[in-house]
Amino acid sequence: MYAVMWSEHCSYKSSRRHLRRLPTQGPEVLVGPGENAGVIDAGDGIAVAIRIESHNHPSAIEPYQGAATGVGGIIRDIFTMGARPVALMDPLRFGPPGDARNRWVATGVVSGISGYGNAVGVPTVGGELEFASCYAGNPLVNVLCCGLLPKDRLVFGRAGGEGNLAVLLGSTTGRDGIGGVSVLASAAFTDDVEAEAAKRPNVQVGDPYEEKRLIEATLELLDKHLVFGIQDLGGAGLTCATSETASRGGVGMDVDVDAVPLREPGLEPFEIMTSESQERMLAIVGPADLEAVTEVCRRWEVRATVVGRVTTTGRLRILKGWHGEVLADVPAASLHEDAPNYDRPMRRPAWLDERLADDPARLAPPTSPSELAEDLASLLADPAWAFRQYDHQLFLNTVVAPGADAAVLRLSAPGVRPSSGADVRGMALSTDGSPRWCALDPRAGTRLVVAESALNVACAGARPVALVNCLNFGNPEHPEVMWQLSEAIDGMAEACTALGIPVVGGNVSLYNESNGTDIDPTPVVGMLGLIDRLRPGVPTPAFVPGSRVVLLGPNGSGAVSLAGSRWAAERRGHLGGHLAALDLALHARLLALVAGLVDERLVDGVHDISDGGLGVALAEMMVKSGTGCRLGPVAGYAELFGEGPSRVLVSVPPAWLATVRERSSEAGVPATDLGVGGGDTLVIHGLLELSLADALSSWRGALSAQFSVR
Amino acid sequence: MAQRAGVVVFPGTNCEHDVVEAFARLGVPAELVWHGARSLSGFDVVVLPGGFAHGDYLRPGAIARFSPVMSAVADFAAAGGPVVGICNGFQVLTEARLLPGALQKNKGLTFVCQVTELEVASDRSALTAGVEVGRRLRVPINHFEGNFTAAPEVLRALEDEGRVVLRYLDNPNGSAHDIAGVCNGLGNVVGLMPHPERATSELLGSTDGLVLLGALLASAGAPPAMVPA
Repeated sequence: MYAVMWSEHCSYKSSRRHLRRLPTQGPEVLVGPGENAGVIDAGDGIAVAIRIESHNHPSAIEPYQGAATGVGGIIRDIFTMGARPVALMDPLRFGPPGDARNRWVATGVVSGISGYGNAVGVPTVGGELEFASCYAGNPLVNVLCCGLLPKDRLVFGRAGGEGNLAVLLGSTTGRDGIGGVSVLASAAFTDDVEAEAAKRPNVQVGDPYEEKRLIEATLELLDKHLVFGIQDLGGAGLTCATSETASRGGVGMDVDVDAVPLREPGLEPFEIMTSESQERMLAIVGPADLEAVTEVCRRWEVRATVVGRVTTTGRLRILKGWHGEVLADVPAASLHEDAPNYDRPMRRPAWLDERLADDPARLAPPTSPSELAEDLASLLADPAWAFRQYDHQLFLNTVVAPGADAAVLRLSAPGVRPSSGADVRGMALSTDGSPRWCALDPRAGTRLVVAESALNVACAGARPVALVNCLNFGNPEHPEVMWQLSEAIDGMAEACTALGIPVVGGNVSLYNESNGTDIDPTPVVGMLGLIDRLRPGVPTPAFVPGSRVVLLGPNGSGAVSLAGSRWAAERRGHLGGHLAALDLALHARLLALVAGLVDERLVDGVHDISDGGLGVALAEMMVKSGTGCRLGPVAGYAELFGEGPSRVLVSVPPAWLATVRERSSEAGVPATDLGVGGGDTLVIHGLLELSLADALSSWRGALSAQFSVR
Repeated sequence: MAQRAGVVVFPGTNCEHDVVEAFARLGVPAELVWHGARSLSGFDVVVLPGGFAHGDYLRPGAIARFSPVMSAVADFAAAGGPVVGICNGFQVLTEARLLPGALQKNKGLTFVCQVTELEVASDRSALTAGVEVGRRLRVPINHFEGNFTAAPEVLRALEDEGRVVLRYLDNPNGSAHDIAGVCNGLGNVVGLMPHPERATSELLGSTDGLVLLGALLASAGAPPAMVPA
């Protein structure tokens, strides 16, 4: 029990001391880190629960089930809080698709998300899809879930009340996933194929049908106020759920292993206590309510079994029969709270200076306009291959579907309808990460990632209100990895503090290493934004014939850098140099400016400039709208592909051009009129021409060629 | 007069609330009916919504057809009551033999969620009565098993009798004859793979689903009263 509870995965023993530096307070925060999910007050009596997690290691071993159970686990974290899960996002990172094994992993992961998420009835509304060689042996499969609840349904994962019963809801307990958190999630991969294949039984197997019934039964129990506290069973199974609920409530618990319904006979008590069989919840119920609880569960065809009793001793006792042998007797809080808190050695990587000194200015430039156009087209990839496999429309909430800067949803769910207000309210969600930026400078890179995520929700007209993070790093026993982690946390804290965005939850995934090589540091953030009046016609990445193409934010040579850019990585195999600087004060002003322009519909197209730089942003606006544009001069390829923060392209109807300029100048944000939308070609005077047809064929073909869609 | 709509819920169904919301938009209250129900009396129209009834285990609809409510659905249909199966509901109706044919895995062997363009192919069904044949509608699909197939003579009969209700303009799943929806001989039992409830507000990008659901409520006797979105 201690081995699983004090594992890296459950105890955060390498990262805890660093995570304390993140800002977690804010006026809208109802629940911060430490519970199953963060909860934000959205007003109108509605709260939003949000959490992100990784399922990297299980997905590397068994892609379909690894990804599927990742979805199942994060959904349980949300309805545990009393929230109806309404949206999933999946930031995914794989090795290059040219390799057959990487394709097998990517295909399996996407099918797993589709198979589980669709059947369990929670729409998947966005995410990321990135390919880079550092993920070949260790893919990153992160998953974010967001749920809505009436504020008064909020419930916590804690036990209390002597004599109250611990009722296990849902699936039977089997041998799947034993040691998942310790064997898998807290250890690195090697190239010993047999040894890795032998870990497959450590991966759990998901049953979305069981989980769907469990969601409905749990929400009904909470609606009827039949439970005192409730906790999902995830990593470390019953050991975690019983010790955490007892510890949080300051009480003890007796657990009878013989009472636990088993999937097969002959499980040892330690297996029952550490099994990670999916689709199970532990509800703390008053004895008088047991019959009502059983009745609700019977209707939903969900198993409900009393497996424990709350005591006042503060001890977790594992019994074989209520009056039988005492198999374990430990202080509940020691499992939950007394895990080691390591201060692991940190060291700035010796190779970093050399990498920073490797200026991308030395790279061979594209030699002709046609080569430049070819480079640009090659950087386009339509992620629809993945997201068309996900139900992204359920609950009639999805106003902006996957493929734009952020997903935009109505703030509404079955049983959670906004009160009176005349305006439809909404929320925007974005997930973002950039391993290249973070490899060059984890602190500045993470600042840029937070800034970009906030800008993505601003482009949807939303005000960013909370962030969750999934910190994917290598082996914490490597001092360089600990340095990267610490720097990234500092960068996140700086950006979040400056932008006024609290961190309400997170997950740390370490040991992302194969054959002794760590992944590039990949902090992924999930951003929640709120929209006060959601109306049809939310601007998306698009050109409109006759509308002006305006760049908001810094322009010119200092604004961007080829260091860590997609062009340098994918066209020249280069990663080096210094990132462009981020002015957080300017960025905060830009966020408010863009959200306002979008809300007032002063723009008819909008797109954040991020990886791939100005060139890719322009080309994406063309392929998504089927309309080209004609721009004045851009200095050269470095300005076209260079990447830098706080830059947004907007398409402005001529009638609003003066207003947009005025607003920008009031906000102290530079605005540059680049040209005009129209035609079927992206034309940059004197630099390049890329036809819509060529761009479309490259955009659509990039992944479908690898993953044969139809 | 269609005053009450019944929306059947199997364990694993997930589009029931969306259908209720869409009907509310048309001014008709809808009630959820648990799959254990043995009667549908009092309802003017019955919808089997989308989802994964009984987890789609074995095969979509294969277990749901044995749920007690399905005898009530058969009786309701035999009495001429309008029954519409959307997506998983369509699959259940074919398994229950209330509609011909079967829905196999999509040609591309993946789940597909996207907006499709449909053409109304017949107005001889409860879902399309009064809708102009040839009218084009933008309605999303969301399924893995939506590839309609039937024996050649069945397909011929469906065509000859005007029982192909909706067709895809750009076939997304390999369906025979581009079929997106069919009806029974009387026209009162209709199955379609696209989700009309997902195209019921400007905010969602299309209101074309209201054309179909409105026609359904009208054909059940009540002229639909539009409630402003």
